Amino acid sequence: MTNLLEVENLSKRFGSVQANHEISLTVKPGEIVALLGENGAGKSTLVKAVIGLVKPDSGVIRVKGEELPYGDTAEAIARGIGMVHQHFQLVPVMSVTENLVLGDEPTKFGFIQMQKAKRETAELSKRYGLAIDPDAIIEDLPVGMAQRVEILKALRRDVSLLILDEPTAVLTPQETDELLEVLRNLAKKGVGILFITHKLREVMALADRVVVLRNGKLAGSTTPKESSESQLAQLMVGREVVLHVEKGPGNPTGAALEVRELEVLDDRKLEAVKGLSLQVNAGEILGIAGVEGNGQRELVEAICGMRNRRKGTVRIAGKEVPNLKPHEVHAAGVSHIPEDRERHGLVASYSIADNLVLNRFDQEPFAKGWIRNLDAVASNGEELVERYDIRTPSASAPASSLSGGNKQKTVVARELSQDLPVVVASQPTRGVDVGSIEFIHKQLISARDRGAAVLLVSAELDEILSLSDRVAVLYGGKIVATFDSKFANRDEIGRLMAGSQGAHS
Amino acid sequence: MRFRLSYFVIVSSILLFAYFYSQNSIVTSSVVFTAIPFALPLALAAMVGVMCERTGIVNIGIEGTMLVSAFTAFFLGAILKNISAGLFIGIMTGVLVGLLLSVMTITWKMDQIIAGVIINIMAAGITSFLYRQNYRIPSTFLPIDIPVIGDIPVIGPIVSNHGPITYFGIIFIFGLWVALYKTPWGLRSRSVGEHPSSADTAGVSVVRLRYINVTIAGAVGGLAGSYLALEAVGIFERGFTAGKGFTALAIMIFGRWNPLGAFAAALFFGLSQAVTNQLMIDEVVQIPQQFVTMLPYVLTILILAISAGKVRPPAAEGIPYEKEKV
Repeated sequence: MTNLLEVENLSKRFGSVQANHEISLTVKPGEIVALLGENGAGKSTLVKAVIGLVKPDSGVIRVKGEELPYGDTAEAIARGIGMVHQHFQLVPVMSVTENLVLGDEPTKFGFIQMQKAKRETAELSKRYGLAIDPDAIIEDLPVGMAQRVEILKALRRDVSLLILDEPTAVLTPQETDELLEVLRNLAKKGVGILFITHKLREVMALADRVVVLRNGKLAGSTTPKESSESQLAQLMVGREVVLHVEKGPGNPTGAALEVRELEVLDDRKLEAVKGLSLQVNAGEILGIAGVEGNGQRELVEAICGMRNRRKGTVRIAGKEVPNLKPHEVHAAGVSHIPEDRERHGLVASYSIADNLVLNRFDQEPFAKGWIRNLDAVASNGEELVERYDIRTPSASAPASSLSGGNKQKTVVARELSQDLPVVVASQPTRGVDVGSIEFIHKQLISARDRGAAVLLVSAELDEILSLSDRVAVLYGGKIVATFDSKFANRDEIGRLMAGSQGAHS
Repeated sequence: MRFRLSYFVIVSSILLFAYFYSQNSIVTSSVVFTAIPFALPLALAAMVGVMCERTGIVNIGIEGTMLVSAFTAFFLGAILKNISAGLFIGIMTGVLVGLLLSVMTITWKMDQIIAGVIINIMAAGITSFLYRQNYRIPSTFLPIDIPVIGDIPVIGPIVSNHGPITYFGIIFIFGLWVALYKTPWGLRSRSVGEHPSSADTAGVSVVRLRYINVTIAGAVGGLAGSYLALEAVGIFERGFTAGKGFTALAIMIFGRWNPLGAFAAALFFGLSQAVTNQLMIDEVVQIPQQFVTMLPYVLTILILAISAGKVRPPAAEGIPYEKEKV
């Protein structure tokens, strides 16, 4: 069988970063190939080169034996390559149909035939079993649905090769299973599938072949049958990785963080947290499982002083805390690892040392009255860079020079080096490489072991399950169930995350 | 359905017109008739804004585009003694200014506000420097008496007897609306202004479409300037456009980046100016001339204050597109 896609010795450099170095890859019709690698390994660059969004420096891309010109998206699409992007490439204010036909509109006398386009959309969704309302506006759709639109958009152009960039990052476990099923069916129809992921479980479940990238180079190629998750992880990182988080039993004492009947509005002034109560004991990790957009962000922001509470109380170490500013909440004993490190965790243009004292630059020993003590800041910076393994030539380098994982380690270092009684960690390992994930997990566990109450919010169910002592499922702004993690069942939590009723513990 | 200010304005304008028409049909007709020449340059200038901003380019250089086009249209029309040639040159000037803005904002990825300011300052400087007195164009574009329609009572005297650019302009505005909402070009343009990477990944060239639209918009700005010099007034003075290009931006926002909405908003502006003029002529009100000249600017501020925060501009407006950062 001829290869659908052949990539030969493809290289691409961005400034000083060699994103891809002489990478070769093939995909056959009906074959599912997983492209595995850490963040920054060059997976996205490689597929973007294939679809023409990035111009490679050298190398050959062939589709069905014919060479593809560099950087020509329209040509790549015309040759039957479709791509589902990690960040959905959909126009939020437009309808499903408008998004599907964009760039290839059915016309008559120069006008778009919207009715015909809608009929086509309905037919397409029926043919592939992906139900969707052709008139729905994208910004009103949940992510799982929006992703369907992305897939349909690719299928509409009669794809023979479908590329998916981290398609499951935003999905619930059930949605993920549905997606995997859809992909299997497409492969049966002869579509070649190349999907990017860093989730080993999906690779094992779906792929016919696995190609692993590391630091922009091909690290290996294997099949799920011939390898194991830990072998794949080793290929990805280049050293042995402890996938399973080592943690001893927790030693919870009294409540350190108590939230009662909390109500919070989101940015659109809609109720996002609806009378939520929870308690995190000192010396335990409470994991909040849930699909994004069910009130996680608002809950965390309301606790940490970034958003006003409409109703309800928050107690920290038994003391009631009113609506406060973030630094006052911090002073009350809460460390916060924010969801969006770029916006809320770091000041990119400040040095790493300054970022490491962002929450106490005006306190002893980093300042005396109005005057900052830069020596103390610098020595603190050097110490934390060392202790938290932040990979940088110098603590005086700007935070923007760090990679995602090291940025996150900087935030973690600042927040956890103070031994505060409460730690709120929101998506602490999002977009972070496997090595850093391992490190951050260890830090959260050691915070617990020294007696902190850790509230962990994550979209990664695996992370929640492996770290938490207790798991609470958040759906529609409420905690719908709480489990002891020893008895937590993945499938049941998945169902609860998707909104179906389950037994309360 | 949601209450929309623009509908309210349209309906109340029609009711007021009916009332005044029953009181004094001749004066009312003539006021509404003069509203159109007041409105047209604003409407055309607002179309420049709509075309640019819908593809994500903020164009505050409309004022400069109109000024420099009015200048070239007038002086070359006068030198060549041919206003049609003047019109052509005026439009081509607009094309060049549009291309200049495209190069600055799309290729060089300059800050779009600064690019617009450059155009405005350059236009004011060049036209003042090269301005000479005692030039005259042979005539302005003459009004066209439209048969049949001109004989319809009430409407006929209002819509007939305008100049050719006026009629072309109005047809263009409706055509732009159709194009924007019913053709592939429109769908692509709007998607480029809202979420350019979606368009790019669907095989639509963001850079090319932005270039095309900003350049065509420049031609429309040239048309608006030429209209002022060759059809509406027939002269050119320093600072001739008097802020119309900026007022047009307010009109565009008031019209929600929709050609017809902006046209209605421009008519409202034109009407308010025509009414004030009539009141002055009839000496119904005694207000100093300065306050009358202030009217468009005061209205601009009012309208922006009313619509601020209620309208949603194209999401990608003002952001240069970086292809490799999808």
